Formats: sequence, C-alpha cells, structure tokens
Amino acid sequence: MPATISRIHKRDTIKSVLIVIPSIILIGIFVYGFIGNTIYTSLTDWGTKAGLALHPVKHFIGLSNYKSLFTGFIHGRFRQDLVNMVFYSIFLLTGTLLLGFFLAVLLDRSVKYEGFFRTVFLYPMSLSFIVTGTIWRWLLAPSGGVNLIPKLFGLPKSNFLWISNRQAVLIFNWQNIITILLVPFALIMIYLLIRNILKRNRNKVITYSILSLLSFLYIFVLKNILPPILPFKELHGFKLATIGIIIAAIWQYSGYTMALYLAGLRGLPASIREASKIDGATEFQYYIKIAIPNIRPITLSAVIILSHISLKMFDLIYAMAGADNINTGHPSINMYLTTFRANQFAMGAAMAVILFIIAALFIIPYMLHSHRERQGK
Amino acid sequence: MKRFNKILLLAVSLIFVFAGTTLFATGTQEQKSAAKAEPANANVQHVVLNNNTPSDKLEIFSWWAGDEGPALQALIKVFEKHYPDVNVINATVTGGAGVNAKAVLKTRMLGGAPPDSFQVHAGQELIGTWVIANRMVDLTPLFKQQGWMKVFPKDLLNLIGTKDGIWSVPVNVHRSNVMWYVPDNLKKWGVSVPQSWDEFFNIADKLQAQGVTPLALAQAWTVKHLWESVALGVLGPDDYEALWNGTLSWTDPKVVKVWQTMDKILKYTNKDAASLSWQQATDMVVKGKAAFNIMGDWASGYMSTTLKLTPKKDYGWAPSPGTKGNFIFLADSFGLPVGAKNPDATVAWLKTCGSKEGQDAFNPLKGSISARTDSDLSLYNVYSKSAAKDWASNRIVGSLTHGVVANEGFMNDFSSVIEMFLNNRNPQQAANACQAIAIQNGIGK
Repeated sequence: MPATISRIHKRDTIKSVLIVIPSIILIGIFVYGFIGNTIYTSLTDWGTKAGLALHPVKHFIGLSNYKSLFTGFIHGRFRQDLVNMVFYSIFLLTGTLLLGFFLAVLLDRSVKYEGFFRTVFLYPMSLSFIVTGTIWRWLLAPSGGVNLIPKLFGLPKSNFLWISNRQAVLIFNWQNIITILLVPFALIMIYLLIRNILKRNRNKVITYSILSLLSFLYIFVLKNILPPILPFKELHGFKLATIGIIIAAIWQYSGYTMALYLAGLRGLPASIREASKIDGATEFQYYIKIAIPNIRPITLSAVIILSHISLKMFDLIYAMAGADNINTGHPSINMYLTTFRANQFAMGAAMAVILFIIAALFIIPYMLHSHRERQGK
Repeated sequence: MKRFNKILLLAVSLIFVFAGTTLFATGTQEQKSAAKAEPANANVQHVVLNNNTPSDKLEIFSWWAGDEGPALQALIKVFEKHYPDVNVINATVTGGAGVNAKAVLKTRMLGGAPPDSFQVHAGQELIGTWVIANRMVDLTPLFKQQGWMKVFPKDLLNLIGTKDGIWSVPVNVHRSNVMWYVPDNLKKWGVSVPQSWDEFFNIADKLQAQGVTPLALAQAWTVKHLWESVALGVLGPDDYEALWNGTLSWTDPKVVKVWQTMDKILKYTNKDAASLSWQQATDMVVKGKAAFNIMGDWASGYMSTTLKLTPKKDYGWAPSPGTKGNFIFLADSFGLPVGAKNPDATVAWLKTCGSKEGQDAFNPLKGSISARTDSDLSLYNVYSKSAAKDWASNRIVGSLTHGVVANEGFMNDFSSVIEMFLNNRNPQQAANACQAIAIQNGIGK
C-alpha cells in the first residue's frame, strides 16, 4: 500500500511541475531574461555612437555608467531626480495615510449617505494619472484656479508658482550625501546595540557594534581623508515645484487608503469598541490607542503599495509639468528621455536598473514578511 | 524542504538572469567583429533612379495631424495627381514637435518595418540618429537629376548633408530668429526695435518702468529657442558655426559671454514663463503686456490665422537683436530609409516634395516658406514674402532647438543644461556643462 501512495504522489508532482513549466519558461524569458539583458546593457556603452544601427557596436565598460550617474559632471539632473523621488515618496505616504485614515474615521461613525461619500472619496482613484495631471495643471496655473482662492475671502490673489517654482528648501551638498545617509543609519545601529546589550544577545551585539563603528569611522575619519565623491559643490534640496504634484497624487490616492482603513476599522469587533467605552475611553482615545495598533497590517500594505506608486509617477509629472521641468523631475522621466530621446540606451538602462533596485528594496522585505507570516500560520 | 524550495526558486531565476545576460553578451561580441570588418563608408547606399511607373502602397509617416493636416493633404493631392497608381497611406502620430512620433518611428525602424518615408527635421537630428546608423539612403543622384543642387541654397545643402551624401529633401523652411512686436504699442511706450542686445537692455529698463515685460518667454524649450538667437547675436555667424564643427570651445570666453547675456536677458522676462505655452507668450505681446517675443515664424501663422491679425499693421517683426542678415533655419524633410518596401514610390514622393509645385501647394497652408529660392511668391502672405526674400539673400545657419546643428543626444542634454542654468544662473558652470555634453555626444567630430 505505501508504494502505491508514493507512486500517486510522484505522479501528482510530475503533473504539477508540467503545469507550471510553461509559465516558468515564459516568466524566465520575458521577466528575468529581460532584467538580465537590461543589466547587461547598463554595463555597456551602447548609444554613445550609432546606437540605432542594425548591428550597434557595444563595448563592455563595467560600472562606469553608474559611476557617472552618481558622481559625473553632467548627471546632476539625475541626482536631483533621486532626491525628488525620496521626497515624493515621503510626502505621498504620510499625506495619503493621514488623510485616508481621517476620512475613514469620518465614515466609520455611521454618517448618513455613507455610500455616496465613499464613492466621492474613492472616485479620484478611478481616474488615470494623465487625467488627474491635466485637471491639476489647470487648477494650479499661476493666474487661476487655486491661486484665486484667497480672493473669495477678500484677500489679494496669491502669486505662488506651483509647478514652475525654482526655489528649494532643505538644501544640502551632494558631496555630503554619504554622511547624510550614514548619520541616521548609525543612530539606528546604536539604538539596536543598546537594546541588545540589555537583552544580552551576544551575536547581535557584535554585529551592531561593528556596523555602528564602521559608520562612525566614515563620518569622523574617512570622510576627511578620502577624496570627495564630486569634485565640485552641487546643491540639491526639496524643490517647492514638487508640492503641486504631491497634492495631486495625494488627492488621487487618499480615497484608496480610506477604503483600506475603512475595511480595517469595520473588521474590528464591536466588542472592543464597547469595552473601551465602558472603560471610559473617549472616541479619540479609541482610534489612537486601540484602532491604529489593531489595523497595523493594513497600514503596512498601504505603505508598500503607495511607496511603489511613488516610484512610477511618470505620467502624473509628465502631464502636469512636462518632460523638461527639471525641478519636478523623476528618475523614470529622465530614463525615458535618455533612452528614447537622446538614444543613450546604456545610460537609460543604468537608470532603469537603479529604479529596479530601489523598487526591490521596498518589495522584497514585504514579500519576506508575508511569506514568514504565511509559514507561521 | 520549504527552505530548499525557496533556494531552488532563487537559483532558477538567477540562472535566467545570467542566461539573459550572457546570451545577449555573446550576440553582441559577434556583431562587434562584424562591424570592425567593413569601414562605415562602404555601407552607404545610393538611391537608384529608374523609369518604372510607381504603383502599390506608399506609407508616409509624420506628426502633421492637427493644424498642419490640410497642408500635408495638399501635398499628397499633388502627388496623387502625378502618380495615380500609388495608394498613399497617411500615417500620423500626434504630439507637438514629434515627441511621440519619433518614439514610434524608433521602434518601427528597430523592428525592421520602416515606413516608406518619414518626416524628420533636416540636419543632425536625422544624421546623428539615422545616417550614422546606416539606415538612410543617399539622395545625391536624385538631387542632381532634379536640378535641386541649384535651386536650394548652398548653405542649406551643406547643413543637411555630410561628406557621404545628402539625406533628405526639405519641404519647408521656418525661421527661428524672429522678434515679434506690436508697432503701435512700441510707439506708445516710446521705444524702437533694438538692433543689438545692448540696445535692448537700454530700452528694457524704460519698458519695465512703464510696467511692461520687455521680453515674453514661455516654457523651457522656448528658452532654448531664445538661446540660439542670443548665441548668434553675440557670437556672429562664423563663431556660431564654429561651435558646431568643434573649432570653438564651449568654455571660450566668447561663449561664456553668451550665457552672461542670457542671464541679463532673463531678468527682463516674465516670472511665470515656465507654465506658459509659446502661444501664451505671443498673446502677452498681442495684448500689450509684453513688448517683444522671440519665436519661430510659426508665430506669424498663429497671429494671422488663429488671432486674425493683419501682418505689418497689427504685428511687426524683425530679426532678433544682432542677427540682421542671418537666417537661423529649420526644415521638415522626408528621406528614404534603407529597407523601405516601395522605393520607387518613395522616390516619386520625394520628387513631389522637392518640386516647385509641391512646395508651393504645401507651404502657404503650413505658414512656412519654400526651401527653393524660385518659389512663386504671389501665393504667400506678407510675412512669408519678406522671409523668402531673406532666405534667398541671407547667410543661412542652422537651429539647435529644432534639430539642424546637433544630434539628439546633445539636444536632450542641452535641455538639462538650460534648466540648470535657469535654476542657478551660473554662466561659467553652464559653459562647462556644455563642453562636457559636447564631448560626450561627439559634437564637431
């Protein structure tokens, strides 16, 4: 008897493998194969001469495309794009989460015509970024739209240049970028170190102390010895022109987080709420101290989904500010222009790979997390 | 077991990634040796002229869909009159200045399905992308057969050709260095048309004191457009051309002076420029909010056709300061790509494009002038007549913004330099950046 069972088991395994093989091959070629091809292209000099010839001449040049993107003289625009992307992500995340949660709380309190309001709040999500961009470009035009609002209150018309602003705040020098990234890293390491010392977790104490020592070594010693990563000062910062685009993106996606949060709040058992009321908690305390910790998984998924949306804001920016507005730039637009307008395919591929790695930084921890959760169950 | 599965999955995907990498890598290695074997010039194909009657389908690819549609239709009508056996497929991809059309064209060319003929800005935009890639056919025999070597200005033939041949037939000519104004308004404000940038600065203060913006500007590409007029005005035609053939360095003090002049000019422009379209900048002049606007002569078409203004009376024009006697041109043209399915019909189409009949049917509707010096001026409006006169007599140089003098790589990077300059207004840094991108994109080689 055991022999037949194992034979059946084997046959099932073969069947399932056969079923999966076509999709593995297709994904292998069209996803991983092309990722491999893009990585290879980014290591060549394709596009410096006759990039569009029938048999383009390519030379393998190693990582020099990446080097020039981060430290080269003419790629300051790409570095500002990266900085912009960080700010887009931060503001889009905080904006949509806060606004979405606020709207969800409003709807959670059993208002009249809830269905109507829910549709109204969710509706912007159904528009494409191009439509949103066009609407908001008109609203944010210097001589109309939002700038006319103060007039309703008898105040003078605002003259704020939303999209075409050239000012920046939080300005820093790109030469200090490693220090800027390492300081928070070192602080986190020290925090973890102290926690593990208290927990007497020996292995972790060693790892964290090495990491924090290394970062301090760079911040205080190596930085002054090593040559600067750029031979000249280059200022980057938070461009005020991006505010308009952030507003449009938040407008579009806060309805979505509202829907997520509303589902989460409705999912909480009514008994918790009643219990907290009996214990004398106010509504405010209920949401802050009880609801938010209980819907943490929803916050996490929202963060993951929205952070990768901020990586693909191409169409919104393209519609609102055009391709050549350097102050609202985004690496994906730069990649498109470099590849398809300037014909510098290798450089464009390098930008694509950098974007790919950043996206992976967001997605992989999430996948590991959900994988572990599934295994736990 | 589960851990094993995970590792297996990872391994399989990594194998695919590496397979992809090495597969394409070996592929290109072979191509490298193939490319080394034959020198570039041996690859040039020359157009074959014969007496066949063209027939079958002819696909013409362009971005002339909206306002320019009727002009293209008129040209096609002339073609169909002479070659009734050919079935013309008018393939247009909309989008200003051909942004989308160019991307579609690239995928089609790379995919081995080129259209029979496509619209392209004459000059380096064609040469730097398609000619050096050996994907265009040399049209010199056609130019000789049709007598075009004489009817097109010599400067033009130099700018649209290389030592290996002439690559496209220009259908129209636009002028880039034109300054627009409203004569009555200038009288009212007590100023005259400046002949040089120094004169402009003198009257600019006077205009600002009266609350008038001296120079109307729009989004980034119009700044690029302004730059070429300023460069020609400050450098003069010889040094301007020297920039493009590589004999004048971008870091030369003369070129830095161009950027310094730009900086000074920008102080006299409107603050909301970046959010305006070129039409809105022209509107500022028409409405009397601004005194001048430097824009290509499609602005004349906009003012006379769309705004129904009378040339010379309601609006006036002059060469941009310091560029009198010089004509910055840009032209749309058609060529014959290698591998076109119906070359006989394409050659017939090119003959129509270059003919006097074809050009005089197309250009009055498009608002441009004929590239030929023998066109029938009675068909054109007041502005075009004066432009045609200059075209036949002036020194002709090429436009940067509209693809004549630099390849697409340089044009793209130059947009970034302009934006950088608008942010930090540092002339020396802009000059250095230009030098760097000129080297990277092989300008002057």
